[in-house]
Amino acid sequence: MLLENLGLALESLRANKMRAMLTMLGIIIGISSVIAILSIGNSLTNGLSSEVGSLGASTVYVSLTAKTSSGSTADVLSVPRINDQDLLSEDLINQFAETYSENVKAISLNQNVADGTAREGKRYANMSIVGVNTGYGMANEVELVKGRFINDKDVVGVKSVGVISDKAAKNLYGNEDPLLKEAKVYTQKGVRSYTIVGVYKSKETPGASSMANEKDSSTSVYIPLSTASQETGTKGYSSFAAIAADQKVSLLGEKIDKFFGANYRNEKWEIKTINMESELESIIKMLGMASMAVGVIAGISLVVGGVGVMNIMLVSVTERTREIGARKALGAKRSHIRAQFVIESVILSLAGGVIGITLGVAIASLFAMFAKQTLSLDIRQIAMCVAFSMAIGIFFGYYPANKASKLDPIEALRYE
Amino acid sequence: MLLELKNIVKKYYIGTENELEILKNVSLSVRKGEFVAIVGPSGSGKSTFMNMIGALDKPTSGEYFLNGNPVHKMDDDELSEIRNREIGFVFQNFNLIPRSSALKNVALPMLYAGISKSKRMARAKDLLGLVGMGERAGHQPNELSGGQKQRVAIARALANDPAILLADEPTGALDSKTGDMIMELFLKINREEGKTIVLITHSEKLASQSGRVVAVSDGKITNQ
Repeated sequence: MLLENLGLALESLRANKMRAMLTMLGIIIGISSVIAILSIGNSLTNGLSSEVGSLGASTVYVSLTAKTSSGSTADVLSVPRINDQDLLSEDLINQFAETYSENVKAISLNQNVADGTAREGKRYANMSIVGVNTGYGMANEVELVKGRFINDKDVVGVKSVGVISDKAAKNLYGNEDPLLKEAKVYTQKGVRSYTIVGVYKSKETPGASSMANEKDSSTSVYIPLSTASQETGTKGYSSFAAIAADQKVSLLGEKIDKFFGANYRNEKWEIKTINMESELESIIKMLGMASMAVGVIAGISLVVGGVGVMNIMLVSVTERTREIGARKALGAKRSHIRAQFVIESVILSLAGGVIGITLGVAIASLFAMFAKQTLSLDIRQIAMCVAFSMAIGIFFGYYPANKASKLDPIEALRYE
Repeated sequence: MLLELKNIVKKYYIGTENELEILKNVSLSVRKGEFVAIVGPSGSGKSTFMNMIGALDKPTSGEYFLNGNPVHKMDDDELSEIRNREIGFVFQNFNLIPRSSALKNVALPMLYAGISKSKRMARAKDLLGLVGMGERAGHQPNELSGGQKQRVAIARALANDPAILLADEPTGALDSKTGDMIMELFLKINREEGKTIVLITHSEKLASQSGRVVAVSDGKITNQ
């Protein structure tokens, strides 16, 4: 019976292709926009998550910000300059790390020294010299290709060692082993020389690869923090990063607020913590709200599409009154007639749904291609759309089908 | 008696006061294997009487037994079932299902009877052979001539081996030569298959070929 009804429904749709297509349009638009928006939302969320993940999802960023008077927004132009005595001292930060050693996995400190160019014969590589401690490598997920990162011994010993990028290594030494070579960096303040102890993999910054002078783009050379402070003469920091133990980021954030709230007293400055997890959450929440808004609009278009299905089914019932009469005379029960028309309506909206899903996936793939995101499709969402379009068919097809089933066979057979 | 209508009255209510009595205390009995023609001018109540016999309508009062089944007591779905099992309709304008092959049309009553597909198709093929349409099983109604359509309709009417064939002006939409051929087919089915046939017509010529003529006039049977 079901198979026969399916065959009948398909035949009837084939007989009225244009009409079926126009009827499905509302559902196609509705379903395709739902699928497209959901998939684009998924892709963006996944993209953001992995991007933020690479920044260190378990890292809390701490920085000094100007106090705002009585809660009013700070005037950007009148932000005071940070004086040396306002900076967070290394001692205070270390004290914090010792006090909450069970919450802190590592502290990342860095200090920019100078920008310059390393030269080796005719070869060169642009570099910026950055002083770091051991925790920096962990917080920024520096990936080593060769050798080692700056360690505690380097910092304590104020050694003149450096870790350069693979890009710089290639520029300077080609295929030669760069380890233990002396890198001479020419800056405005003079020439610095560092023994190369490691090479790290430079991160691809999106968009940067398209730059014409990629070879000239600057990468960092990491040197011990103590060596850097000697150079710059500063011992304080306006910002640092702390890596949470056991991924407990918000707990670490609370501890930081508590400790520095009590121990860092300043009239103009206060500390502010940011962790990527909570940032990500708020972005995802915003994306979710945007998706929901579009979803509501798509939902309305689905209802409009459903009404279109109902309309065309009513037309179909009227057109086929004689046929219904004949079927009843031949012994069709109400349930037979009802099933026939409900199935036809379900096929109509299901076909619309399937076309809509295909179209939506196509739109999302186009978006993913242009936005350089990986397309992420949720099979559950697609299944939901299929189920939903079937539900539309049943809901909006039932009334016309029921009307057909209640036709009086005598009247129906006499219908012209 | 295969078919027994006792004191059938059918009234239609138009508004509150006026009622229209179409059938006025009509009784009719038909034995198995009979070929009965019901004749009468239009407006005589002939069509209403046919609807009653065909279990498409229920009487206002009176009793109707078809093959022992009390049709006057049945609800909508039971009427569908009795039409499906016991009555084979042949209409003036064929009423074949469009976009459905001759074979599927013949198989349709068996589908509603819940017979398996292989049995349906085998029997539909046999029946099309019986009415001389075996070669055209795959054709759709719009590819068939009037006479061919009516042959398919007759095969369809026979599908569930009903108690009676009920034909309503079966030659009305056909030219006289084709009409004669269709009438021949009915006579053959009556003679060779022993099928009971009730034919509704206003043609004296067709009626004269039947075994018994029942004349309806002004809601009453005037001769049996």
